[in-house]
Amino acid sequence: MSLDPVTLAVLKGRLEQIADEMDATLFRSAFNPIIAEAHDACHGLYDAETGATLIQGGTGLPIFVGAMAFAVKAVIDKVAVDGGLNEGDTFLFNDPYLGGTHLNDFRLVRPVYRDGVLFCWLASVGHWVDIGGNVPGNYNAKATESFQEGVLIPPVKLIDAGQFRQDIADILTANSRTPDSNHGDLNGQINALDLGERRVHALLDEYGIGTVNQALDALGERAEALMRENIAALPDGTYSYDDYLDNDGVTDAPLLIALDLTIDGDTMRLDFSRTAPPCAGPLNIALSTATAACYVALKHVFTDVPANAGCLRPIEFVIPETTLLGVSAPKPVAGYTETILRVIDAVFGAFAEAAPDRANGSPYATINALSMAGHRKDGKRWVMFCFFGGGLGGNPLSDGLNHGNNPISTATIPPAEILESAYPVMFTKWALRPDSAGAGEHRGGLGAVYEIEALDDGGADVFLLGERGKFPPFGVNGGGPAAMNRFYYQTETGEASPPLVSKVTDVHIEKGMRIRLESPGGGGYGDPRNRDPDLVARDVCRGYISPDSALADYGVAVDGAGQIDAEATASARQEAAE
Amino acid sequence: MSSSKRMMIGADVGGTFTDLFFFNEAEGRFRVGKVPSTRGDEATGFLSGLTDRDLGDVATIVHGTTVGTNALLERKGARIGVITTPGFRDTLEMRRRDRRKTWGLWGDFTPIADRDMRVEVAERTLADGTVRVAVDPDEVRQAAQTLAAKGAEALAIIFINSYANPANENAAVAAAGEVWPNEHLECSSMILHEIREFERASTTALNAYLQPLVGSYLGKLEDRLRAEGFDGEFHIVQSNGGVMSVETARSLPVRTALSGPAAGVIAGGAIARAAGFPNVITCDLGGTSFDVSLILDGTSVLAPQTTVDFGLVIRTPMVEITTIGAGGGSIAAVDRGGLLQVGPESAGSVPGPVCYAQGGGRPTLTDANVVLGRINAENPIGGKLDRLDVAAAKAAIVTHVADPLGLDVMQAAEAIVTVANAKMAGAIRLVSIERGHDPTEFAAMPFGGGGALHAGALIMDVGLAKALVPRFPGVTSAMGCVIADMRHDHVQTVNWPLDGLDVASLDRLMVDTAADARVVIDRAGVVLDRVDVVFELDMHYIGQTHAVPVEVPVTVAEGTTGITLEILRSAFESAYKSHFSRLLPGLPVRIVSLRTAAIGRRPHFDLAALKPGDSASLESAALESRQVWFDGGWLETTVWKRLSLPVGASIKGPAILEQPDATIVIDPGLVGEVDDHGNLVIGRLQA
Repeated sequence: MSLDPVTLAVLKGRLEQIADEMDATLFRSAFNPIIAEAHDACHGLYDAETGATLIQGGTGLPIFVGAMAFAVKAVIDKVAVDGGLNEGDTFLFNDPYLGGTHLNDFRLVRPVYRDGVLFCWLASVGHWVDIGGNVPGNYNAKATESFQEGVLIPPVKLIDAGQFRQDIADILTANSRTPDSNHGDLNGQINALDLGERRVHALLDEYGIGTVNQALDALGERAEALMRENIAALPDGTYSYDDYLDNDGVTDAPLLIALDLTIDGDTMRLDFSRTAPPCAGPLNIALSTATAACYVALKHVFTDVPANAGCLRPIEFVIPETTLLGVSAPKPVAGYTETILRVIDAVFGAFAEAAPDRANGSPYATINALSMAGHRKDGKRWVMFCFFGGGLGGNPLSDGLNHGNNPISTATIPPAEILESAYPVMFTKWALRPDSAGAGEHRGGLGAVYEIEALDDGGADVFLLGERGKFPPFGVNGGGPAAMNRFYYQTETGEASPPLVSKVTDVHIEKGMRIRLESPGGGGYGDPRNRDPDLVARDVCRGYISPDSALADYGVAVDGAGQIDAEATASARQEAAE
Repeated sequence: MSSSKRMMIGADVGGTFTDLFFFNEAEGRFRVGKVPSTRGDEATGFLSGLTDRDLGDVATIVHGTTVGTNALLERKGARIGVITTPGFRDTLEMRRRDRRKTWGLWGDFTPIADRDMRVEVAERTLADGTVRVAVDPDEVRQAAQTLAAKGAEALAIIFINSYANPANENAAVAAAGEVWPNEHLECSSMILHEIREFERASTTALNAYLQPLVGSYLGKLEDRLRAEGFDGEFHIVQSNGGVMSVETARSLPVRTALSGPAAGVIAGGAIARAAGFPNVITCDLGGTSFDVSLILDGTSVLAPQTTVDFGLVIRTPMVEITTIGAGGGSIAAVDRGGLLQVGPESAGSVPGPVCYAQGGGRPTLTDANVVLGRINAENPIGGKLDRLDVAAAKAAIVTHVADPLGLDVMQAAEAIVTVANAKMAGAIRLVSIERGHDPTEFAAMPFGGGGALHAGALIMDVGLAKALVPRFPGVTSAMGCVIADMRHDHVQTVNWPLDGLDVASLDRLMVDTAADARVVIDRAGVVLDRVDVVFELDMHYIGQTHAVPVEVPVTVAEGTTGITLEILRSAFESAYKSHFSRLLPGLPVRIVSLRTAAIGRRPHFDLAALKPGDSASLESAALESRQVWFDGGWLETTVWKRLSLPVGASIKGPAILEQPDATIVIDPGLVGEVDDHGNLVIGRLQA
């Protein structure tokens, strides 16, 4: 007998609350700002047998939402071979080829037993600030093997039948530049699992295992039905989009990310076969990561589909291991964020053709993982690590958001004052970047300029892993591309910019010198010459765009004070139309 | 104060009604009043409720206002200018790099100060408080003049790291003050002495944004009151539930953002304490939302900040109110996945529920309550409508809920109420169970017009001990104005590690801020029993960015707090343990900020004044019974005039209690009893 709709609605809320509360517990108790401020973490409930996502928190990092099922599956596969799964166990690992993403993301996976029978899995993932390797913070833009990226821990028992294994914790401590921070984050993740387990049992006490299982099945079926309905509303056909990564950090050659998206009735195929082969540098990703990226893109397009495994059933993924999207160990993967952003953009690009009313310009699509590191006067190491913002794409509803976060993230950026109080740096600029948005009837959002000065006698080593330095965020439906990513650093002789644009490993700046990161804006939506001239003038007044761009990109003649020359505007727009 | 003047008036000006609570302290008598609000000219509506009074007899008027709230929500504040540190003029616009929703990338953001109204002047302070570049007064004067010429009505000066050293900001305020044409001029360290530039900038800018409007509103209102002969004290309720002088409110209007709801929570706390329920969850069911708030040991819980709307953050202690989108006007619909949803979409007050017959076509929670017979269609509350259209409500439920789900209309109406109850129960769980509080130790206190319709279901759903329905649920906020204590908060970021802490410096800072906060309270000239100073430290393990609030159990006596390292450490560890399961021994601890609150305790308000008079009796309260739908069938249900029930009356469910501003449902299996103060206490019927 199927569950009545009322109980189902009630249970849906209760289950989602469990995952949300696990998120909140970790955010509040985590040590490193990447989890505490940027919410680079995720929690959920997973199927006892398959590891498929049952329930996902609404506040966790979007990219993990798709990847976590693979992490749980990895543990299920391990215990299927090794045996020895006990109540009270908790597994820990960061193997990106099994669980997706990269080495910094530590997964804790715990079975929940009910009356001696496995009911479901709980999992927690969080980004730890440093796990060894050649580069503090692990974004090694030049790695050619995962061994250079950091320490890889396969699934091991951190807690064995309720006994915390200090030896495992000691291995983690010995392999990081930031052992206290990692220790704090590990404890935060255990806090979250403890709490989730208590909540699951309370729910089962109240409703009984049969009812809760029925609800979980029904929620999966409903997500599938909604997804099928969404797909069926699109015209059948194959829609292709090709985008490029700048380079792999080792060789300066572009990497093709190619998607052929086929709509066939109520099913969809995402075929990435034409994508470039595995690369030498860290821009590869594993199959689990690529699947998760597609999931994120589809969730941004179909915002009403709930986050569980049901919505993936109507979708076929073709991600061959001959491409850089399906690699295995020890191919380097530290730069996975850049590759998945390009995968997501390819999905957006294909949708612009299949369903223009659901499209948006590229949302700047680079994470700009920047580390600055050095030693304080007392010899203690410091590592400042941060991701930076950019402009979101113009869209049918509005201009793109200025200085937003990436589609894979809901992260808030740490305040400059927090960073300045924790590390010997000073931000000399933290501002919007004029003329960085893609032109459009709805223009893109503006990117940002961050300029940072080293304050300590020892200066600072600088590492960056970013993209969109050679291929700009694209516009859709006639919208223009945004400005590209730029990075500069001061030297004795002036200002320099690295050859691979935003992949940097060997830069050192002295005390008093600065680096400057200029992030891309978002791509535009619709023909810029259809933009209301008053809005263009307003953008000039506010310093979002220059008078030159107003004329060249929008065909609006306007002076620096925002005065429109109507005659010159008419003729410029007329000229463009011809 | 002259002893002949004992009249206190609480006035809560809401969007629809202005609620008034008149209290004659000498005689222990009170009266409630309700007049329509006059949007845009609130003073007129306010005064129309006072016309039959001789204002010369009034000692105190305490006002809860939504003028600030509405200006924020509707973006109707002043044009402001902002002066910033070089490189940081976009802080307000860049926010914390968030976006509106997790899923979906559309939508943009307009800051309250346009980019061309934000200018930079040379200056820089480092994180340790060192002034690297001193501010140049000439440049500040010039910037201020430029902004004034561009039409700025208020000026906010916001420099980086001013929490660590406000010298440059203070110098800039002094310089700008020489040329700024009005009193609407402030710097961020005056408004919020705390680390995190966006939150501080946003709070400061929003304060400036509200200043001209709220300042002129309060000024006009006070002038009108004075002109009518009022010569008593005039005070304003803050978002933290404390009262401040009208002068403080005019300089810190951002602290009025939740003025009205906070007053309601304060009244809820006082009523619950008097009734012997120290732990209460207040539930306010309005038209579009359900607001819950936690009262623990008789004290309301405060949140450090709130987000008014995307990108508009106010960081100042506020009564923590958790809002979900489920109100009487919430629309019931079956989504494309076949799931019944109630809210967050709302029919609002226009067109409103279908049964109001004002053009609404989609069924709401109120429609379901009407169809089930819980709301009296012939005598709706509020007095604006003569009767409700039950047939239209039924038809809408059939079309939009019953048919898609394969239910009959009564089952569908009941399902709407059940799903709404589940959402409300979720909100209650969020503030209780999920924070480690045992629900059996709490009572629900519904206020507003609709909360008491659902109170019984909520205590059963969540496992709460009781529901406590105040005697006048519709004027709780006005009553809170009369009850609330005076309060002034101050925060200062210090970033001092516990290891090697100079305890004497901390002690001095605590003593000094306590004295400063007391001055603000004393200046208001209110009759108080005493002033309490409460210290709270934000502390964490070094490396964490979030901090745990740690209440420090010390008071100022003879110029010292007597604080010691041992007191600090043990207070931190017990606070940390209560938030998280695991302490982290061996890791160093830091004090991030000191929070000081001075609370002026007002004379005790005897709530026994509210109890029913001698004329109350069961006979006079009984109305004709009617059929109401409960648990899948119609039940003959007794109906009562609530205000006529005597102390000690015991009404078994199913029953409906009606009063001019609220309807109360006592579900089958529950019983409601009138306590000594006139509250209705609903609990389980003992077998």
